[in-house]
Amino acid sequence: MKLKSCLKEKRATILERWYQAIIDTYPSESAKHFNNQDPFANPVGFTISDTIGFLYDSLLREEDTEEEIAQALDSMVRIRAVQDFSPSQAVAFVFQLKKVIRAELSGVIDSEKVSEEWGRFEERIDRLALVSFDVYMKCREKIYELRTHEFKSRAWRLLERANMVGVISEESSPNC
Amino acid sequence: MAKTPSPQELSKINHEPSNDGWMEMPVDFRPGTWCYSGKASALETLELPNPREWQPTDEDWKLPDNWETIIYEGFRERLKKFRSLKIFMDTCVRCGACADKCHFFLGSGDPKNMPVLRAELLRSVYRKDFTTAGKILGKLAGARKLTKDVLKEWFYYFYQCTECRRCSVFCPYGIDTAEVTMMARELLHLVGVNINWVLEPAAKCFTTGNHLGLLPHTFKDSIESLCEDIEDVTGIHIDVPLNKKGADVLFITPSADVFADPGIYTFMGYLLLFEHIGLNYTMSTYASEGGNFGLFTNNETMKKLNSKMYAEAKRLGVKWILGGECGHMWRVVHQYMDTMNGPADFLEVPKSPITGTVFENAASTKMVHITEFTADLIKHGKLKFDPRRNDHRHVTFHDSCNPARAMGLFEEPRYIIKQVCNNFHEMPENTIREQTFCCGSGTGLNTDEYMEMRMRGGLPRASAVKHVHQKHGVDLLSCICAIDRATLSTLMQYWVPAVEVSGVHELVGNALIMEGENERTTDLRDEPLEGMEDDE
Ligand code: SF4
Ligand code: SF4
Repeated sequence: MKLKSCLKEKRATILERWYQAIIDTYPSESAKHFNNQDPFANPVGFTISDTIGFLYDSLLREEDTEEEIAQALDSMVRIRAVQDFSPSQAVAFVFQLKKVIRAELSGVIDSEKVSEEWGRFEERIDRLALVSFDVYMKCREKIYELRTHEFKSRAWRLLERANMVGVISEESSPNC
Repeated sequence: MAKTPSPQELSKINHEPSNDGWMEMPVDFRPGTWCYSGKASALETLELPNPREWQPTDEDWKLPDNWETIIYEGFRERLKKFRSLKIFMDTCVRCGACADKCHFFLGSGDPKNMPVLRAELLRSVYRKDFTTAGKILGKLAGARKLTKDVLKEWFYYFYQCTECRRCSVFCPYGIDTAEVTMMARELLHLVGVNINWVLEPAAKCFTTGNHLGLLPHTFKDSIESLCEDIEDVTGIHIDVPLNKKGADVLFITPSADVFADPGIYTFMGYLLLFEHIGLNYTMSTYASEGGNFGLFTNNETMKKLNSKMYAEAKRLGVKWILGGECGHMWRVVHQYMDTMNGPADFLEVPKSPITGTVFENAASTKMVHITEFTADLIKHGKLKFDPRRNDHRHVTFHDSCNPARAMGLFEEPRYIIKQVCNNFHEMPENTIREQTFCCGSGTGLNTDEYMEMRMRGGLPRASAVKHVHQKHGVDLLSCICAIDRATLSTLMQYWVPAVEVSGVHELVGNALIMEGENERTTDLRDEPLEGMEDDE
């Protein structure tokens, strides 16, 4: 329980550092603009802080189902799934939490008494990482599905089959 | 096989980006963030230089040998011709007010998507070649030489700007990065660097009169089949006049309204409206496109494509032109048409034959926006509505960039929606009207190979929709732009899947009480109406 109470006590600092670590995955010229916390003027920054706050509490609560966790992860992973990240970079933010906690609570974690509790906590973070990868994959599949859907539903394709269009080319045509 | 790293090892990998300055970072053509190149056949139709087979991922873009000179001369010519370009190149004080106002920046976090840096891509070359300080001091004065890498960067980032003009709303000097993008795209065209999704529609428009390449009989067949759908829902039979000489009004709308889902329901709404008031109108199978992908190409193409509207109005002998729910058509009409192809003295100043209202705002272009026309009809009590027929929808309104920022059309669509719907909810203040967020797919970027970028660019818009969906149960995003109707539908499927997209006149069509109509049990999409379902 000792670890948990430390994690609760240090919540604000750890979240702040975690947030910063995630923001640092963006180029430095951009990172500073993400500190505006208006959800509409800055959806990325807002979503990150909103999501990690929930995830942190969820790790401490230990009662959320995998589905609930996936739901909480969704908005943030959905964003990273379309940004300039490789799959590992997109979900690496989960592991960054370990790094942050280690830096912040090094004295506590190194002590014999909490090592077992820390081990269990780390396992929960790993589980979070696995769930986030599932969410990531779903988002990527959606992107491909949307691409295929647009491609197929192009009106001109149907017309081409009906031999009704004057100027036709192989791979593309507008939908407006 | 490589050993899978442990989570501990993974946590040590440095995911932070390199700290090199933006000038040193070459472009990475990652799938999903760029569009296929313009096809040689389209370039030939449009008489654009350097038609050839190539793709942006090729090392060699097969540029003409003297490509630097061509760009340099083209730049010089445009600086002389367009005073605005010269001012935009010289004036920016790099205050940063525009930096976080671009949807592509907000969605991507890529600094070169900040409007100030986007313009800087061009400005740095301008400094090098056209300013004394830049010539002498080079990089110290923010100047750099035009190289193939710089050209590739231009292509990448000027096709990551939808020319939406949101940034210009926040710039204290009124610098319009959209116009910088237009100029950059013109320069790229000079050496044959462009995208197919813009050029092929424009080329088709040259040969058939519309972006889809529909021949007159196909256009007619499609309209007739939509009339059959109207008859199924309302029992009202409508014949649409095509190429009729001597009508009062020529009606022009994007061809997507005639063909693509969900635009077709908006089109059904227009037809019901015209029938309701007995308008003496005609459509044209030649001016069968309101959109103008020439706007995304160059001045000359825009002018040519636009001219057919006047040519048809003249040939058919109408009094004035009524325009449908299109976005960029209105940018062209409102800001360029009169200078390019006007004045259209052979037309009359538009006057509503039903209410007698004279549209002084269109005295010069002779073209009226359909939401102005309909709002005027409502104001004069000329339309009979049953708004309960839209009760199964909770509606919000997306201000499309062009009608909003290029013509200031904010009130009319809202006024109409509130008359025909009982459930209307606005999105947050900083995401509507002048500050509206782009759909992320405008200016010919609405192609499927560009999906990741479109989803990034559309994130700010989608976040606001998600908010009203969660707060008020909004399930319909209405708008007055054909590109939006197509692209927001896809955008919603990724970010807020419960929300569908419609035009404003679809809602009008649902609510209009037509003389002699059957009792409505479904909306125009054939979806059952709450409490009015068919008992059988
Ligand atoms: S015009 Fe729109 S897309 Fe282009 S830089 Fe400005 S805000 Fe971004
Ligand atoms: S707001 Fe205007 S002056 Fe300021 S950086 Fe942007 S373009 Fe330059």
